[in-house]
Amino acid sequence: MAKNTESIFTNPLLRWIDDRFPLSSLIKDHATEYYASKNFNIWYLFGVLSMVVLIIMLITGFFLTMNYKPSADDAFNSVEYIMRSVENGWLIRYMHSTGASFFFIVIYLHMFRAMLYGSYKKPRELIWVLGMLLYFCLMAEAFFGYLLPWGNMSYWAGQVIVNLFGYIPFVGETLTEWIRGDYFISDITLNRFFAFHVIFLPLAIIGLVAAHILALHHVGSNNPDGIEIKKNLDETGKPVDGVAFHPFHTSKDLVGITVFLIIYFAAVFFAPEMGGYFLEVDNFEPADPLKTPEHIVPSWYFTPYYAILRAVPNAALGALFLVLAVLLFVFLPWLDKCEVKSIRYRGWQYKFALTMFAISFVALGYLGLQPATGIYVFLARFFTITYFAFFLLMPFYTKLEKTKTVPERVVYKKKES
Amino acid sequence: MKKLLIICFSFALIPSLSFSAGSMDLDEYIEGMNIKTSDVKSLQRGARNFFNYCSGCHTLQYMRYNQIAEDLGITEDQLMKNLIFTESAPQNLVMNNMLKEDGDRWFGKAPPDLTLVTRRKSPEYVYGFLNSFYEDSKSPTGVNNHVQEASSMPHVLWDIQERYSEEEYSQFLNDTVGFLVYAGEPIIEKRKSMGAWVIGFLLIFLIFSYALYKDIWREVK
Repeated sequence: MAKNTESIFTNPLLRWIDDRFPLSSLIKDHATEYYASKNFNIWYLFGVLSMVVLIIMLITGFFLTMNYKPSADDAFNSVEYIMRSVENGWLIRYMHSTGASFFFIVIYLHMFRAMLYGSYKKPRELIWVLGMLLYFCLMAEAFFGYLLPWGNMSYWAGQVIVNLFGYIPFVGETLTEWIRGDYFISDITLNRFFAFHVIFLPLAIIGLVAAHILALHHVGSNNPDGIEIKKNLDETGKPVDGVAFHPFHTSKDLVGITVFLIIYFAAVFFAPEMGGYFLEVDNFEPADPLKTPEHIVPSWYFTPYYAILRAVPNAALGALFLVLAVLLFVFLPWLDKCEVKSIRYRGWQYKFALTMFAISFVALGYLGLQPATGIYVFLARFFTITYFAFFLLMPFYTKLEKTKTVPERVVYKKKES
Repeated sequence: MKKLLIICFSFALIPSLSFSAGSMDLDEYIEGMNIKTSDVKSLQRGARNFFNYCSGCHTLQYMRYNQIAEDLGITEDQLMKNLIFTESAPQNLVMNNMLKEDGDRWFGKAPPDLTLVTRRKSPEYVYGFLNSFYEDSKSPTGVNNHVQEASSMPHVLWDIQERYSEEEYSQFLNDTVGFLVYAGEPIIEKRKSMGAWVIGFLLIFLIFSYALYKDIWREVK
């Protein structure tokens, strides 16, 4: 794209700004002259939806901070105070607690989109790596935030997760004390988790989102056919298969955002507890260091990894597998040896592997919510193996793939066959 | 491709299908249960029941008297006369005069605060608990409970259960547990009615955003 520095404004004030700040070129580069494929399907919504959820979380979080008190004595009370005495505090709180779960729903679907259409492949490896860093920050953000209501499940789930660091040889014990600032989860721990939750991680996430989007706009978006639309330009230098982000993709996204908000607000207003998945019943009781909940279960979005942790007979090894299970995503661009990006034109090997992976991930998520006994342990072990097989065998089965010919132009069809 | 997705997502539904609220079999004791938090009259009766039969031992430590009055359409005068049995002012939290140490000594474990009991345990649990006391000469209180075995709570409603017909007693429980559901989430009704407006607005907005999308995309092949 040729750099066009001409102002898009006629208004004198905006012109004045344009002479001193790259407003026009920012708008052009990232909206009106950023071309993305016109055959985006529903999978391409989850990026913008995660932005929507991020904004919801930042705004509601900001207002919650005005009334929340990060101390062991007051935290639980202050949440109930928000729910009862703060004007619309209940709405802000439910939007935040429901938003946490929806954040993971849209992020998991966003990641799965990348795996369907090979969005992590060259030249988008760095977008993927930045995205994975975002995912790790999001997990940390969720973990720190989960302790803040100071309910009994918050307390014990926090205890369990911090104790995972204790499995690191030699330094583990010291490290857990360092993280907690105490011998057990206490007022000090709550205070520092609050600091991480409201300052450090939100800043890191915002910065990474900016980098993620800048990198994306530098190389251009992928599409369901996995072809580079920049290779096929018309006489004016625009991609033949692309349409401008604004107004085309923005108007399309607006429909998606509206549908998303309907689903999200249905949960906020009619099922904020979501049967104990979004707000756990044990968290309606203040943290009690002397009373362990019957089943300590992390939030549903961590349960696939929790199932892996418990599936391994040795606890230290289990912790190692858990870390590997999260980290392996980062290496996808280099594990996948197939030249073809989109699943539409890939061989049966990857289609089968990805299906098995999706089934394993969901099944592990389910098993992480169940007690680790009998058949559940067997199943968790089985799906742990299939989960890792997807990643570790990838360099081999992706080499064997018999791919179909990738078309020159994007396929624009209303219905997928 | 489509099949693959359908398979993946049908698996995603498994957890929601197999979830059940409690492991205990409450069904037997909650047959007459029919809680309506939208019924203000029922909530008023429930408040009366709570303050007459429960508040001597149990608190609602996150709830203020005057908020109950405001939400349930009770005047301050009625509140002071009929619901506040302590020296408390209307703007105070619903506490009582039992010290925790005394409670621990008298009952083995001090009576718990009830503000969030229906959210912690479920309304079914509380209803079932109050509906399943039985005589047991081995127990120090003379009664035991099917839902919570060896509970240290005496059957404070025994004379009511004796005097009332089965229907009247279940009405009494519905009012009381309904009030506790309200106390657990005072905005429960406001939440649902505001939700209907928000979803309604978004549905109308969807028509416009879809029309806008169709219009802008009409020339894109």
